[in-house]
Amino acid sequence: MAIDYKASTINDLTQLYRSGEATPSQVLEAYIKRIERDEARVGAFITTTFDEAREIAHRLDKRLADAPETIDWDKETLFGVPVALKDNMCTQGVKTTCASKILGDFRPPYDGTAPGRLRAHGAVFVGKTNLDEFAMGSSCENSAFMRTTNPHNADYVPGGSSGGSAASVAADFAVAALGSDTGGSIRQPASFCGVVGMKPTYGLVSRYGLVAFASSLDQIGPFTRTAYDAALVLAAMCGQKDPRDSTSLEDPFGKTFNKRGFAALDQGFVKAMQAKTGQEIYKGARVGVFKELMGQGNDPQVDKAVSASIERMRELGATITEVSLPNAKYALAVYYILATAEASANLARFDGVRYGLRDPKAKDLLNMYLETRHEGFGPEVKRRIMLGTYALSSGYYDAYYKKAQQVRRLIASDFERVFAECDFLVSPTSPIPPFKFDEKTGDPLTMYLADVATIPANLAGIPGISLPCGTTDNDLPIGLQMLGPQLSDAHLLQYAHGLQQSAD
Amino acid sequence: MITQKDVLHVAKLARLSLTDDEAAQFTEQLGRVLGYMEQLNEVDTEGVEPMSHPIPVVNVMRDDEIVRDLDRQALMANAPVTEGAFFKVPKIGE
Repeated sequence: MAIDYKASTINDLTQLYRSGEATPSQVLEAYIKRIERDEARVGAFITTTFDEAREIAHRLDKRLADAPETIDWDKETLFGVPVALKDNMCTQGVKTTCASKILGDFRPPYDGTAPGRLRAHGAVFVGKTNLDEFAMGSSCENSAFMRTTNPHNADYVPGGSSGGSAASVAADFAVAALGSDTGGSIRQPASFCGVVGMKPTYGLVSRYGLVAFASSLDQIGPFTRTAYDAALVLAAMCGQKDPRDSTSLEDPFGKTFNKRGFAALDQGFVKAMQAKTGQEIYKGARVGVFKELMGQGNDPQVDKAVSASIERMRELGATITEVSLPNAKYALAVYYILATAEASANLARFDGVRYGLRDPKAKDLLNMYLETRHEGFGPEVKRRIMLGTYALSSGYYDAYYKKAQQVRRLIASDFERVFAECDFLVSPTSPIPPFKFDEKTGDPLTMYLADVATIPANLAGIPGISLPCGTTDNDLPIGLQMLGPQLSDAHLLQYAHGLQQSAD
Repeated sequence: MITQKDVLHVAKLARLSLTDDEAAQFTEQLGRVLGYMEQLNEVDTEGVEPMSHPIPVVNVMRDDEIVRDLDRQALMANAPVTEGAFFKVPKIGE
C-alpha cells in the first residue's frame, strides 16, 4: 500500500505518528518519491539531502517505537515533518550556495540558528532550495545554477527570491520551508505559488547563519499550506535572544519592545488558536484597506480576488475602512537605495580569501579581488553592488542614502499612524499574477516593480503574511497580503487562520 | 546623470572588473534606476531623523568571556589557498 501523504499539514503528520498509523520514515519516503518524480519539472532544489534525512527519520522511528514516552509532543512540534531550506541558510557540512558561483562549493562549518531550532523541534530537512542569486530578484531567474518553475504551470515563474522554497511546498516536496524576506522574497513567491508565506517582525527570528543581503531588512520566515502551520513553524524558531545575532530581540513580547501588549507567539497561543472559529477571531476586528496598493496599476483579477477576501472579513464581523499611507509610494525608491547600499557592504566579504571562488591567475591582490568578483557574481548582483556603492560614495551619500533613510522614517510613521485605528491592513501581495519566464528580465526596473506591495513592511520592520485568495482565469494563484504592527505576529497569524478556516 | 566614467570609478570602489559591454549596459540601466529615485526629491524631509534600523536597539553587549567556538581547521576548510594556520593571498602591491 503506497500512501503519498499529499497536501498533509503538520497536524496531519503528528496525528499519524501519535496513533501509530505511520512512521517518519514512511512519510519521508513518500516525499522523496514525489521529489524524484516531479523535480525535473519543478526544479526546486539546488541540493537534496536525502541520506541525512533518512538517517534522522530512522532515529525518530526508533524513538517512536522504543521510547514514545520521551517525546514531548507539545515541544517537538515538528517531529518527523519534512522541511526544505532556502539555500542562503547555513547548514553544517551541506553546500550553501546562495545560487551564486562565488559560493558554489561552500560548506558551512555550522548550522544557522533558525534551521538549528527547527531541527531541535524534530524537523527532517529534505534539501536546499533555489533562489535568485544572494536573494536578489523576484522570479528565481537570477539563479546561477538552475530554473525553478511554478508548480501550477511550468511556463510561469515561481516568484522570488525564495522561489524554490515556495515551489517545494506547492509541489508537496515538503510540508514546510524556510525563506528569507528582504523586500518581499517570502510573500511574493508564496503568492505566485499559492501557499502561505510570512515575514515576521524584524528581530523576532535570529539571522545568524543567514547569508546577509541587507541586514536592516532581512528576516527569516516560513512557507506552509496553512496559516496554522506557519504559526507552528514560526513559534518553533522565534522568541529567544540569540547571542550570535545582536539584532535578535531579547524577550520580544515583554514590555521593552511590545508597547501595544500583543500576545506572545508561543505554542500555547498556537494551540488555542486552532479551536477558534472565523467569527470569534473577526468579531470587532478593524481592518484597513491599504489605499495606495489597490486599484491603479493592479491587474483587475488581483483586485477582484482581494476584494472578495475583504468582503469575507466583513461577513465574519470585521469593520472595514480605507486608509491612506501617502509616503508608501516612495517605498520602492527608498528600498533600492538602502538595500543595495547594505548589500554592497555585506557582499564585500566575498573576496576570494577565506571561502568561495578565487581567480587563480591574478598576479597581485587587487586583481585577484577584481577578477574573482567579476567571475563569481551574476549581472543582477553586480548591478546592485554598483548601485549601492554609488549611493554610498562621496558626494552622493546625502542625496541618496541619507534622503532614503529619512523617507524610510516617514513610511514607518505612516504605518504607526494607521495602526492606531486598525488591527491590520490588507492589500494584494503582488499587483500582478505570476508572469512568464523572460517577460521582465530585459529591464531591471520593471522587475523591481514586482515588489511594490511587499517592500513597505520591510522598511517599517512589521510582520506581513501572504495567503492564497483566488486564482486567475488561467488557474494561477493570487495572494492576499495582511500587514500588522510590530510584534503583532501571533494576532496576524490568527486573523489569517480565521480567514482560511471560514473558506474551507 | 551617471556617466560611463562614474560607472568605472564605482566598479573600482566595489572591486569589480567590468567588460566594456557591462560598463555600457550598467551606465544605461543605472541611469534609469537613479532617474526613478529622483522622485524622492519631492519629499520634504527637513528635520526628519534618518532611520537606519527598524527597531530601536542600541549597544547590545555581552560578557567579554573567552569561549571555544568553532574549530580553526573547520573554519579554514573552505579557503581556496592556505598555508599552515594562514590564508594565502597573492602579493600586495609592488
